[in-house]
Amino acid sequence: MKKIIIGIILISNFAKAQVPAPSAIEKSPVWILAGALHIGNGKVYTNASLRFDKGIITAIDTSHAVKDFPDHIIVLAKHVYAGLIAPNTTVGLNEVDAIRSTRDYHEVGQNNANVRSLIAYNTDSKVIPTLRSNGILLAQITPSGGFISGNSSVVQMDAWNWEDAAIKVDDAMHINWPRMTLQYSWNGESSEADKGQIDKAINAMSEIFSNAKSYCNGGNLEVNLKLESFRGIFNGKKKVFVHADGAREIISSVQFMQRYGITPVIVGGNESHLVTKFLRENKIAVVLIRTHNLPSLPEDDIDLPYKMPKILQDSGVLYCLADVSAWQQRNLCFEAGTSVAYGLTTEQALMAVTKNTAEILGISNKYGTLEVGKSATLIVSDGDILDMKSSKVTRAWIDGRPIDLDNTQKQLNRKFNSKYFKE
Amino acid sequence: MYFIKKILTLFLLISGISVWAQIGVPQNGVVDNFEGITAFIKCTLIKDPQTKIINATLIIQNGKITAVGSNITIPKGAKIIDLNGKWIYSSFIDLWSEYGVSKAQHKQNERGPQFLSSKRGAWYWNEAIHPELRASEGFAVQKEEAKSMRDLGFGIALSHQQNGIARGTGLIVALGDDSEQKMILNSSFGNYFSFNKGTSNQDYPSSLMGSIALLRQFYYDAKWAMVAKSNEINLSLKEYNINNSMPHFFESGDVQDLFRADKIGDEFGIQYTIKGSGDEYQFIDEVKRSNAHIMLPLNFPEAFDVEDPLDARLISLTELKHWEMAPFNPVILYNKGIEFSMTLGGMKKRDKFWSNLYKSIGNGLPEEYALKALTTNPAKVLKMESLCGTLDVGKFANFIITDGNVFKEGSSILENWVLGKQNINVDWQSANYSGKYKLAFGDSSYTININGKPWQPKAELQPKTKGEIKLSLKNGFISYQLTLKNGKYSTGTGYKSANNITLISTDSLGNPITLLAIYAGPEDGIKDSVKKKNEVLIPRYSMPWQYNMPSNQSYLIANATVWTCGNDGKLENTDVLIKDGKISAVGKSLVNSGGVKIDGTGMHLTPGIIDEHSHIAISKGVNEGTQSITSEVRIEDVVNAKDVNIYRQVAGGVTTSHLLHGSANAIGGQTALIKLKYGEASEKLKFPNDHRFIKFALGENVKQSNWGDYNTVRFPQTRMGVEQVFQDGFTRAKAYGELKKTPGYRTDLELEALLEILNAKRFITCHSYVQSEINMLMHLADSLGFKVNTFTHILEGYKVADKMKKHGVAASTFSDWWGYKYEVVDAIPYNPGIMQKVGILTGINSDDAEMGRRLNQEAAKAIMYSGVAEIDALNMVTINPAKMLHIDNKVGRISIGMDADLVLWDGQPLSNYSKPQTTWIDGKIYFDRQEDLKKRLDISKERQRIIDDMIKAKKKGEATRKAGKTIEPEYHCED
Repeated sequence: MKKIIIGIILISNFAKAQVPAPSAIEKSPVWILAGALHIGNGKVYTNASLRFDKGIITAIDTSHAVKDFPDHIIVLAKHVYAGLIAPNTTVGLNEVDAIRSTRDYHEVGQNNANVRSLIAYNTDSKVIPTLRSNGILLAQITPSGGFISGNSSVVQMDAWNWEDAAIKVDDAMHINWPRMTLQYSWNGESSEADKGQIDKAINAMSEIFSNAKSYCNGGNLEVNLKLESFRGIFNGKKKVFVHADGAREIISSVQFMQRYGITPVIVGGNESHLVTKFLRENKIAVVLIRTHNLPSLPEDDIDLPYKMPKILQDSGVLYCLADVSAWQQRNLCFEAGTSVAYGLTTEQALMAVTKNTAEILGISNKYGTLEVGKSATLIVSDGDILDMKSSKVTRAWIDGRPIDLDNTQKQLNRKFNSKYFKE
Repeated sequence: MYFIKKILTLFLLISGISVWAQIGVPQNGVVDNFEGITAFIKCTLIKDPQTKIINATLIIQNGKITAVGSNITIPKGAKIIDLNGKWIYSSFIDLWSEYGVSKAQHKQNERGPQFLSSKRGAWYWNEAIHPELRASEGFAVQKEEAKSMRDLGFGIALSHQQNGIARGTGLIVALGDDSEQKMILNSSFGNYFSFNKGTSNQDYPSSLMGSIALLRQFYYDAKWAMVAKSNEINLSLKEYNINNSMPHFFESGDVQDLFRADKIGDEFGIQYTIKGSGDEYQFIDEVKRSNAHIMLPLNFPEAFDVEDPLDARLISLTELKHWEMAPFNPVILYNKGIEFSMTLGGMKKRDKFWSNLYKSIGNGLPEEYALKALTTNPAKVLKMESLCGTLDVGKFANFIITDGNVFKEGSSILENWVLGKQNINVDWQSANYSGKYKLAFGDSSYTININGKPWQPKAELQPKTKGEIKLSLKNGFISYQLTLKNGKYSTGTGYKSANNITLISTDSLGNPITLLAIYAGPEDGIKDSVKKKNEVLIPRYSMPWQYNMPSNQSYLIANATVWTCGNDGKLENTDVLIKDGKISAVGKSLVNSGGVKIDGTGMHLTPGIIDEHSHIAISKGVNEGTQSITSEVRIEDVVNAKDVNIYRQVAGGVTTSHLLHGSANAIGGQTALIKLKYGEASEKLKFPNDHRFIKFALGENVKQSNWGDYNTVRFPQTRMGVEQVFQDGFTRAKAYGELKKTPGYRTDLELEALLEILNAKRFITCHSYVQSEINMLMHLADSLGFKVNTFTHILEGYKVADKMKKHGVAASTFSDWWGYKYEVVDAIPYNPGIMQKVGILTGINSDDAEMGRRLNQEAAKAIMYSGVAEIDALNMVTINPAKMLHIDNKVGRISIGMDADLVLWDGQPLSNYSKPQTTWIDGKIYFDRQEDLKKRLDISKERQRIIDDMIKAKKKGEATRKAGKTIEPEYHCED
């Protein structure tokens, strides 16, 4: 009859403190019977089921009836979601913030257009499993620093090495737009560096882009590594992510890119609420960084960062959520949750960490929603994953491979529980 | 000493009248220093701020006033100056000056720490403390500077070297051009202090609280040096003790510094005279309470250039409002009855002095008080009322001659007499060219109208359509440029001949020609734009998000789910009554007669959140990390009531915050416990608790692991050394405790704090990460007979939870921080759950201004990671931290008699879908979502009103500064 496996103990209590091994694809098709099946496009089916096979979702059934397939693995689940996606992160490039030897995300120099994050992505980072266990299965590994930081890649988070991990190589080039407003320090001194620096920086960017444009048009014999990496940009194969917070910087950078036929993605977007019309009309997507943040000005609405997703949602701007650095990413789902307190519906909030992110990263053909034909990259939780008082991720699959949700933190938890509480 | 000096000076001065002046300096040639007697007649004389004499006579001799009044016989041989229509005032006195004094030089900063003073000798150990410095020794007359001050009306300055924390003594000088010997009126006056270490390159102090501690320690040391038979000589203390009966002056950086300084003064029986900063209106009651005489620079900020709304939004309301309020600051001080004098010191643009003074008077400052603030008030501070400040017989002949009421815009200071010597500001006695003249030039005749002040003639052609003429006056001659519309022009010079003006010019060949402008009658005067004097309303100031809620209101919150965080657990459909700041009833169907009823149906009421580890609301430095032990510094000295994060956190349900020193050293500073009563001054924020706390720290920060390559010198650099720092500190504290039983000991603020720990008067909250160091500190405490009260951060607490339980220490931790440095690689989000399960009093803290406003969510992570019960999770941010802080008898629970510190949530308080609706502290509402939404509109309106005014000011031609964002520091442990 039915072979119902409710939970598989994949790990032993005495596992060594290390990152779990990547797993093989499920040998049999899997039927998940879900109390709530969150498709990720706004729809939730209660008491529905989902089938996947060979890594691909093959059926969504809005009834809870399980067909009698003796060779299927049957999983009972309360909530099922598409795997969460963390854009703009240094996970795998950064192990311990304070230790220089573990930092691989910031190259020297202003123009690092040719630098690629993927080849530095460490699949054995101990941070990765801590994100997986909170439901993050995909990430955009992103360099930082300089005018042009380099190229990110999108990876799945259960791999032997970066080659296995890559799902979209060199997906985007990352550009930091120069700050265009004056700053005073608390004692009233203005930053002299502002004077004339802005024009200089933008002129430098212009030179790079016009050189790149002409280089990519061909005819040059001499190879230039930096300009070479622009090739995908002008034919739309590679995206441009512009990191900009202020309204002025957003408008200036978008118009700059448009002159080169590029539609950039804005990363940061602290002041996107001031330019929603501009963003919508120019079809600019925004990656909001860390909405668990203080308002940047003393008289900004106290909840401005918390309600920014709602503002963009209501304005018809495509946006997704991101956190900073590496280890903090595991709270991404809770930032989405907070935006529910400030106006989003739970399904809209969920889209801000799944479907929208996949669209912005250009991987929505396979990831971001639970739809037939898409990758079986999904998570099972005992409770609402957006709320920390109920989130409990119990199962996960990436491309149909069951993920070991153990991590070194859980191992330490077991170790010391066994010290104090012998059962 | 000072007193004797003063009597001596007085004696000399009084007896000096009509005695032949001896010369102490060899002179080349025949002596010629006749001064004689001078009589000023027919003037309007303002003898003192209350007395105006019309048609007065003033007689001076030997630098002194010998007679003054309306019916004075002029002595024979007197030089008579007819001042028909002119006014005489006592000249002004500037109390805050650096005039003539040598400036401190910045030294090259060497890489790496500097622990001790670089000044060789038997001086104080800290380079910022140099009371031995005598400003008089570096004094030299600076003629240009003296003239620029005289031009503004000043005749005497109190000058000192504006460098360091204890700056030494100043001197009183007259602003004349004579020799230093004659200009110094008192070579040693005043002791000077500030919180700014100036050119000292010594590391300590690096923070405001460090400056405060250092200054306090200095005063204690000085007291001790007076009585103690020490075998050590300290020349700095010795010098200070010689001078300490002289007045003490303090330079404050802002209004909060002003009352911080005053508090130090109170501790040592010193009343400082304090240099203000123009923002006194922000905490005017506290300024009044200081009783300090304020030396006020008339610094009014320029408007911002805010025509671009994207720039305008970068300017905070406080900055916008300061532009509006600053010109009212003098009258606000006056109305409050605060005594002040006005100074040029600290003015960014000195030439604004008069326009800003007119503005102040226009805003309501009485002219009489303005004169007081420039003459008699400073004279009183100088204890020289008998010598200057008014025009009485026997006083210095220090006065200004003006062409009218000096406080009316348009009047001019013509002369400024210093010690009986004339200084001419403007050439007011030279020829007066005013009048109408006819000039034949070429084929036509033109009318020239000359008006304006005689020394600043203004000329125009009548009618103007014919062209223009420009005039300037020098040495009695005018030079002119005549440009006619028909293309002709003429330039040249001219002089008065009878009533006419003879002009000397050249023709096109270069030959001299003479023209005559013939007097044709009196001039057409300058049309005064008659300004209507409107009643000026003084604008009100409050902090941007401050509410004006009643404080004695009673509230009934009805039918809510009440999380008591006490024995009663969670109560459904329950009422809570707030009265007189306390919780007065908890139950069903309560009645609140006369109070406000709030329907709590579907809502949740919890105690206010208590953040055991916070760094908000701290001014100018969270770490005094320059020495390994700085137990003498106190966060409560530097609580910053203006921090907007107080409001943001109360909006997140926090009502009490424990403000900690950072973690840069093993024994950091004493902490401050505050209630988040946004809008109150810092003293009123303080939680009235008997038990005080201190921050300790362990690990990487303490041993400077991540401080870069130049910080490898300070002990300790390893965890081994950290233990010894504590051991050493407590060993010395014990010995100090013994010493205190004998008379004549030196109060040591550092050891006082450690001794309090040993005597269970002060309790430790210790920043900690790895198990070895946690274990070490507990062992050390056991061996010394005290308990560690709290381990904060305590990320490896789960590894030694059993030992912690045995020691009886509490744990205040992050929910899930890790990965930011090596000592946190084993940090796990299961830590609070394990510690709580083992039986340790466990709390969740923020250490972060943002996280502090959603600590309920952080507590909820213990449910997620460890399956902690909901009520236990909430306890981790309410009653548990209250217990850790020994305030659980007042806050942390909902039960009768507790402080009414409450939060009403719109949903289950541990869900991140919920947010506070209303927060009460001591029964008063400090946050309310509806009120907040209204406030946003008010703020927006208020901002736009001032922004519009700034744009108008710019259009009127006022100078503006570029708009930009002011970055306020935001602190964490590591900063």
